[in-house]
Amino acid sequence: MISSDQTDWTGLDEVQFRFRDDTMVDHPAVTVDSFVDQSNAAAVRLEPGDNARDLLPHLDRLALVEVNFPAFTDGRGYSAARILREAGYTGELRAVGDVLIDQLAYMRRCGFDSFAADRPLDEADAKAAFARWPYVYQPAADTQSASSEEPSHGGVPIWTLRHGRS
Amino acid sequence: MYKYDQYDQAMVDARVEEFRDQTRRRLEGKLTEDQFKPLRLMNGLYLQLHAYMLRVAVPYGTLDSRQMHALADIADKYDRGYGHFTTRQNIQYNWIKLEDAPDILADLAKVEMHAIQTSGNCIRNISSDQFAGAAADEVTDPRPYAELLRQWSSFHPEFVALPRKFKIAVIASETDRAAMKLHDIGIRIVRNDVGELGAQFYVGGGMGRTPMIAPLIRDFVPLDQLITYSEACLRVYNRYGRRDNKFKARIKILVHEMGADEYRRQVDEEFAHLLGQGIEPPFAELERIRTYFEDPAFKDRLSDTVDRSDPDFALWVDRNCHAHKQAGYVSATISLKPVGGIPGDASAAQMHLMAELAREYSFDECRVTHAQNIVLPHVEKARLYALWQVLEENGLGTANLDQVGDIIACPGLDYCSLANARSIPLAQKISQRFAANGKGDTLGELKLKISGCINACGHHHAGHIGILGVDRKGRENYQLLLGGSEAEDTSLGKITGPGFDEDGVVDAVEKAADIYLARREDGERFLDTYRRIGMEPFKEALYGQA
Amino acid sequence: MKILTGNDLKTGAVVWWDGTNWSLHVEDAIDVGDQAEEILGREEAARRVNASYAIEAMRADDGSVRPAHIKDRVRALGPTVRPDLTLKPADPEAGNWVI
Repeated sequence: MISSDQTDWTGLDEVQFRFRDDTMVDHPAVTVDSFVDQSNAAAVRLEPGDNARDLLPHLDRLALVEVNFPAFTDGRGYSAARILREAGYTGELRAVGDVLIDQLAYMRRCGFDSFAADRPLDEADAKAAFARWPYVYQPAADTQSASSEEPSHGGVPIWTLRHGRS
Repeated sequence: MYKYDQYDQAMVDARVEEFRDQTRRRLEGKLTEDQFKPLRLMNGLYLQLHAYMLRVAVPYGTLDSRQMHALADIADKYDRGYGHFTTRQNIQYNWIKLEDAPDILADLAKVEMHAIQTSGNCIRNISSDQFAGAAADEVTDPRPYAELLRQWSSFHPEFVALPRKFKIAVIASETDRAAMKLHDIGIRIVRNDVGELGAQFYVGGGMGRTPMIAPLIRDFVPLDQLITYSEACLRVYNRYGRRDNKFKARIKILVHEMGADEYRRQVDEEFAHLLGQGIEPPFAELERIRTYFEDPAFKDRLSDTVDRSDPDFALWVDRNCHAHKQAGYVSATISLKPVGGIPGDASAAQMHLMAELAREYSFDECRVTHAQNIVLPHVEKARLYALWQVLEENGLGTANLDQVGDIIACPGLDYCSLANARSIPLAQKISQRFAANGKGDTLGELKLKISGCINACGHHHAGHIGILGVDRKGRENYQLLLGGSEAEDTSLGKITGPGFDEDGVVDAVEKAADIYLARREDGERFLDTYRRIGMEPFKEALYGQA
Repeated sequence: MKILTGNDLKTGAVVWWDGTNWSLHVEDAIDVGDQAEEILGREEAARRVNASYAIEAMRADDGSVRPAHIKDRVRALGPTVRPDLTLKPADPEAGNWVI
């Protein structure tokens, strides 16, 4: 736990929800600047002002990208996540910081597969949030092979379901 | 008009349950107000001066009688018997309880309505031309495109926390009846040289503190790339829009600061990338939506003449009836601006009546206009007199469309926690003044718009005459602007000079009207005379010789 | 005098701190002196009020309380353009108090 006299609030290092079954990276994420210089780092943290595309030449050595949401109202991390998934990144994509229940489903759709919020989230509320949407209107990073058993019908957009794919 | 299928219904139902759950968690203390506020805003629920206010979406301003009846029922059941139609074609209720809000959303969902994304830093209600599907001058009905954009933007996971609100308007005619260039994105559907339909994209317009007219960013986006291009525009904004200052966070500031050329370049880059991602809907989806917007069963060979023997009726026909593409029909505007009335307000009884009139006279369809009136889009000329008589009996027959009495006014300091001054009493006084002095009938087209604060929900920058309420040392004060236009000749009004108190600004408006009456030539409107003679003659009249 | 105001969390109704509870009537408002922060913190945490804040007001000779800012006077009464919806529907002059 973080002691209250620390001035730097670095948040809990506890991943509360994870939708992967591979082993978690065991070293801390470094900044984008550090990562680019260090050849042995496999984990990087993106701040809202960073350009996710700076990581594109290095995706093959990345196992974990943390995307920081210092305030839940700052939505740049959603674009960063989708950009990485669109580029073919298949490693862990973790939302950290001011992550709240009501953003979980959107984050998941943008490609996040693990969550380490500053403040622990109610497990029941989170489970309900992840399962909230029966369908989705538009494609995002979760769009994959259709399955009505996957959350949100596998992220396949409604307009695709309407015209032949089910 | 569009009808939900089981997917649309499942989504609004899920949204209702989501909000019910969020409200429960707020009332239990699991969510602070700071955490809850963006969530309730994304369901249209504000905390205003007197109570919560709920803004219900009317997608591109279109609704049927069942929906209008439901809006009236909500006014009676949950509010205080009336609603307010807004400058974005929505409806607002002013006396809502938070504990009722989930049930209201559930009632709305039963009639295929919602309050999704009518506030908050997300993509808002998509507005359109109130005469869509009826006007003779449109290349196609713009509403299928608005509906496609509505679905694409609903619960879009990447754009759920934009730097600020995002407003899109879609039109399909040269004439701009939706203030298109004063939106974050304004889309005009056009035909190219070989007859293909595509979209012009104007990006970076807006009013508020720093009004701007949107530059043309792309002159032809093929229809089968509409969503991909829109997504590119939004992604660049989400990534690079300013987040350091709430008053500089709209896309107009981004486009202005980086320059339209650079914004265009970045959008083009993102667009090229996204085209490779295959995010566009199948074209069959647009075709499916279009089937809901086919012409109703117009009668052929209807009489194109109107019996004008009743002069009051003839005046209403001349002023409030707009030419229709089908011979024998008009689009009729029901004025919600009776002399001395509250602009845009309608009682539950009036809403029920308008619902019935829509069903009876207009193929069960009506429209909310951004000028806060209601349109019956397809009325047989032969039936106009009967319609007008009912409107007259119920205070809905004022023949003032686009005249000085057809005032656009935000709710202002009587209702809104953002306001600096009251706008409604001012609108009432102005409409009464011009009814009393008889000049209202001779002024012709004069679009007067009043905002109670710089947020400009009354669109005062785009008024031929605009009025902005300010706080001057704790007292209400009003600035006068001249020469704005929301139409395709878009322009922003200029301030005349020092502000006035409430009575002073009513006099000022009359003085400005008098200058116009004295100086107009050859069928000029107020706006034309102002543009020809400039500000000086008005300044002299208002403030005396320099 | 310094008075406290806010909205009821559930209903949104405008309320004023009367020393013990939150009243619908501005006349019941009391001077909280320098206790504002403490009271508001406690009342917000207990969810007995929402969006609350402290304002300046004057007590007139007749005992009535007049908030310093016109916005809060509108909140205290109701919309000046719909006297029937205000807290004083029978008083046609009530709106003048706001201005």
